[in-house]
Amino acid sequence: MTGWLDALIQGILLGGLYALFAAGLSLIFGVMRLVNLAHGDLIVLAAFIILLLAEKLGLDPFAAVLVAAPVLFTIGFALQYALLNRTLGRDLLPPLLVTFGLSIMIQNGLLQLFSADSERLRSGAIETASIALGGGIAIGVVPLLTLLSAIAVIVVLNLIFYRTPLGRAFRAASDDLEVAQLMGIDHNRIFATAMGLAFVVIAIAALYLGLRANFDPTIGPARLLYAFEAVIIGGLGSFWGTLAGGIVLGLAQTVGARIDPEWQILSGHLAFLVVLGLRPRGLFPRAVD
Amino acid sequence: MTLLETRNLVAFYGDFQALYGIDTVLNAGETIAIIGANGAGKSTYLKAIAGLIRRGADSVLFDGTPIGARPAAAVVRLGVALVPEGRRLFPSLSVEENLLIGGHGRKAPGPWTLDRVYSLFPMLRERRSEASPVLSGGQQQMAALGRALMSNPRVLLCDEISLGLAPIVIADIYAALPRIKAEGTSIVLVEQDIAQAMKVSDRVYCFQEGRLSLAGRPGELTRAQIHSAYFGS
Amino acid sequence: MRDGAPQLQAYRIATAGPGSRAALAIACMILILLAVLPAFAGRNLIQDLIFLFYMLALAQCWNLLAGYAGLISVGQQAFVGLGGYILFALTLLAGLDPLLAIPLAGVASAVFALPTALVVFRLRGAYFAIGSWVVAEVYRLVFAQFKGLGGGTGTSLVPSITSNVLGIEWVKSMFDVRTPAARDIISYWAALALMATTLGFVYVVLRSRRGLALGAIRDQEAAAAGLGVDIYRLKLAVYVATAAVTGMVGALIYLQKARISPDAAFSVLDWTAYVIFIVVIGGIGTIEGPLIGAIIFYLLQRYLADFGAWYLILLGTLAITVMLFAPRGLWGFVAERYGVTLFPTRRRLVSGAGKGKGG
Repeated sequence: MTGWLDALIQGILLGGLYALFAAGLSLIFGVMRLVNLAHGDLIVLAAFIILLLAEKLGLDPFAAVLVAAPVLFTIGFALQYALLNRTLGRDLLPPLLVTFGLSIMIQNGLLQLFSADSERLRSGAIETASIALGGGIAIGVVPLLTLLSAIAVIVVLNLIFYRTPLGRAFRAASDDLEVAQLMGIDHNRIFATAMGLAFVVIAIAALYLGLRANFDPTIGPARLLYAFEAVIIGGLGSFWGTLAGGIVLGLAQTVGARIDPEWQILSGHLAFLVVLGLRPRGLFPRAVD
Repeated sequence: MTLLETRNLVAFYGDFQALYGIDTVLNAGETIAIIGANGAGKSTYLKAIAGLIRRGADSVLFDGTPIGARPAAAVVRLGVALVPEGRRLFPSLSVEENLLIGGHGRKAPGPWTLDRVYSLFPMLRERRSEASPVLSGGQQQMAALGRALMSNPRVLLCDEISLGLAPIVIADIYAALPRIKAEGTSIVLVEQDIAQAMKVSDRVYCFQEGRLSLAGRPGELTRAQIHSAYFGS
Repeated sequence: MRDGAPQLQAYRIATAGPGSRAALAIACMILILLAVLPAFAGRNLIQDLIFLFYMLALAQCWNLLAGYAGLISVGQQAFVGLGGYILFALTLLAGLDPLLAIPLAGVASAVFALPTALVVFRLRGAYFAIGSWVVAEVYRLVFAQFKGLGGGTGTSLVPSITSNVLGIEWVKSMFDVRTPAARDIISYWAALALMATTLGFVYVVLRSRRGLALGAIRDQEAAAAGLGVDIYRLKLAVYVATAAVTGMVGALIYLQKARISPDAAFSVLDWTAYVIFIVVIGGIGTIEGPLIGAIIFYLLQRYLADFGAWYLILLGTLAITVMLFAPRGLWGFVAERYGVTLFPTRRRLVSGAGKGKGG
């Protein structure tokens, strides 16, 4: 019995990580209808940046991510402003193909710079620390922090979106870009700001990715799929939905792993397909697409 | 004093030419009306001024300065606000948020604040927290007008604000125009309702198939003139 | 009152033009030349051409899917792998001749494509793209479970199968070659046949009424629906048909490689990224585009693939640059500049004698 309870708890905690992966994707799609096929690779890139900063500056990863955040904001802003803004329009193909091309470039660029070796973010004792819950069940501190950070990120994103002028502009641009321009909203800058913000979320996701497990340049695409699945399961247009989606995915994976360890990832994909088959708009859709 | 001017304004939708060299003038303090049949190019004219479609760099002048090369977001910052056809409020935003976003780009000082707009359209205050799609057509139009006013425009471009509304509602909306005029905003009114347009405007332009077919003061134009300018002979 | 009815000009719809008729004739001659090539070509060239042919077939399929039906799939590798595994299953486990297994793999892929479409068609646009990728991953993970076919590490075709392909003895005596080369020659003809029929099939479809409907969907889906085009069924038909062809290509590829593993057979890079690259560089939405793209890709692959990661970075950069500055690809760029078409599918209104009912 404790095995199943453990799977349940681990699933929820894993869901926190997936929700972090998904939050950035959800934000970008929510504001500018862009699906970034390089999203997973960007998380890996951010992890490598945090690794570099941690090593070169002798920082703990938690401190390194604070340094990395503004750097990543700038990279995201510049990427959107200079490149991705040019691809947006009515045609679906350009953003898809350009981000796909980016994905390939990032993976191989990282391979060249860092080789295919696995890396890990080191933070000392906290990596193995855990909190005992009694009955033989313990929660790792890092996974718990991951979930709490995911919740915090979503709270902050909701605050930004629904309580600030910037968020108002995001929502307006997402609703009707043409009329948003009539309000004086410069779509180039607003989209670039949104991407920059998404990159900060990506940085946080990268921190926990690197703390929880090994990473190498090739694991990006799998993270993209998890992020995407979490967004779809949760439903478009709702950040809390994305958290729910992440948790559902995490649970599906851990429960599947409990049945057979080789089935972990497959269970996640199957759960996604089932939700898609039964509730195509996700569990908690908000947006009118 | 010429506030807004178009000189030989042409506009295309792909290969289709919608405007063939329009010359118009709006003086400070004036209200001008643009009338014409469907497809005559009236909305295109407003969109060209507002910067939503491409036009020649020198074909639109504001305060004597050519603004034809500026994008829409820059034009509103100069003080030219468009109330788009069909209202087009933001569905994800509440009524109040719609009004607030009107003032997003332009930070110029002016008489129009949230409170002033609510005093102009009191029923908006009652529904301030509601999502904009639940409003009636007339209320949406008032909200759209209020939203444009929040940028304290010197020129207000109104695209068919009476479209789809009952006469009594239209009267309510038009009743707000003198107050807007009194606070110092000049107005360009594109209208299908000729009678309303002629009642409130100082001068009238008539469009026909992308060309100016008539210009003059309401009092001086005969029905026959307007009829032939509207429909063509 | 007007006197006398106005004269009606007679019009007809023409697709072919003089340039394209010449191109068709040349294409037939090239086909014949390619068919007899094994008589005097070396083994390396044969193998290179096999690669070119099957990449071209995959590219034509992806072009039909994405460029015409608006189904931008990043998961076609599902059917490549499926085709490969069906071939291995039929030959290793059921003892079927490999050449017969190829069309069966196509049928099996079509059968699997139906329920796949049912799920994946619930997504639109970019979501459809990623959803198709997820499906391919599911296929990969499922096939990795089949211990009978090698599980996660894969398996090989035993010589008793590879030496007994239909017609191999005839080839060996005809061209005086040994078994491996003979097998290559047979694979070559199969690839040539597959590529030519795919090209022909795509060309015929696009010239038909269905093709007109597809062009309409590509250009303006909502309007096409309003005109009565049954979008869903047409897209489903295209999806299933391309799955069948892709499955056959997969079977052929893995017959020739004689070794299969889940990661290779369901590789997003090999069977989707490269294919998309070919179509995009060459020119999406045209038949000539993938042809040009495949040749360019083949050359790049031949001479630059040794550069590993740098080569892929180059491909990515090229794809992005083309997408931004020449979204219609190289062929699209040339065709627009010079108004050339080799395989025309556009309908043109031509004045002249026809079935005019004027007068």
